[in-house]
Amino acid sequence: MVFLTRMEHFNAAHKLYNPSWTREKNEEIFGVCANENWHGHNYELYVTIKGESRPDTGFLFDVKKLSAIIKEHIIEKLDHMNLNLDVDFMQGKMCSTENLAMGIWDQLKAKLPDGVNLHAVKLYETPRIFVEYFG
Amino acid sequence: MERKTAVFRKEHFNAAHRLYVPDWTDAQNLEVFGKCSNPHFHGHNYELVVKVIGRPDPLTGYVINLSTLSAIIQKQILARFDHKNLNLDTLEFARLNPTAENIVYVIYEILRKELDASLDLSVRLYETERNFVEYPA
Repeated sequence: MVFLTRMEHFNAAHKLYNPSWTREKNEEIFGVCANENWHGHNYELYVTIKGESRPDTGFLFDVKKLSAIIKEHIIEKLDHMNLNLDVDFMQGKMCSTENLAMGIWDQLKAKLPDGVNLHAVKLYETPRIFVEYFG
Repeated sequence: MERKTAVFRKEHFNAAHRLYVPDWTDAQNLEVFGKCSNPHFHGHNYELVVKVIGRPDPLTGYVINLSTLSAIIQKQILARFDHKNLNLDTLEFARLNPTAENIVYVIYEILRKELDASLDLSVRLYETERNFVEYPA
């Protein structure tokens, strides 16, 4: 078994805000992250696939194709966007890093070719905060 | 203790912004600022490097106490910009386009007033790891 990781990045606005709560409760739970006018991050995304390297190419999967899939289905949807307002697969969800990583997993899982097994989505919200999801 | 020495303090803040000229149409803004003009905003982890140059004090050995410098940056810059929408939540960028160039200049002007005139100041601001600006040039 070998693991292959591609890193991509995107910049986006979001807020942590539960619409069924009062503003005061949101501020109590989410602090400055609940700012109604949004804030933002430089997100770094690590996508890891797993399997065996092919005898003919030596590749688990062509990493340029992996990059193209991530760019088309994830980065195009997230980069320079408002995660709460602009992203179809985050509609109705809380825009936490946990939920975003899981949402990215679901998007990628559906778009990767048969035989390419997704292992992990690792998402950095800041250099000091990241989430890992293994499906 | 006549040697001039530079000391640095790194801080960071996370903010949303949008680049646009209010007098332009959406199409013009899109042409010039691309996806940075998204009306719903986007955001960054800004990294700030504040450089202070002076001669170390003969008694303390400090150019400036870095805890003091950190507290000034915290109070004057981070409290103003962290987890804010630069366009909507700050007086400084209510009319000024919040490009990295303008942000670094605003930060410099704020910090300059807080530091002793004998100290030189330079500010570097990273909008991303790959895009950064410095003032004065």
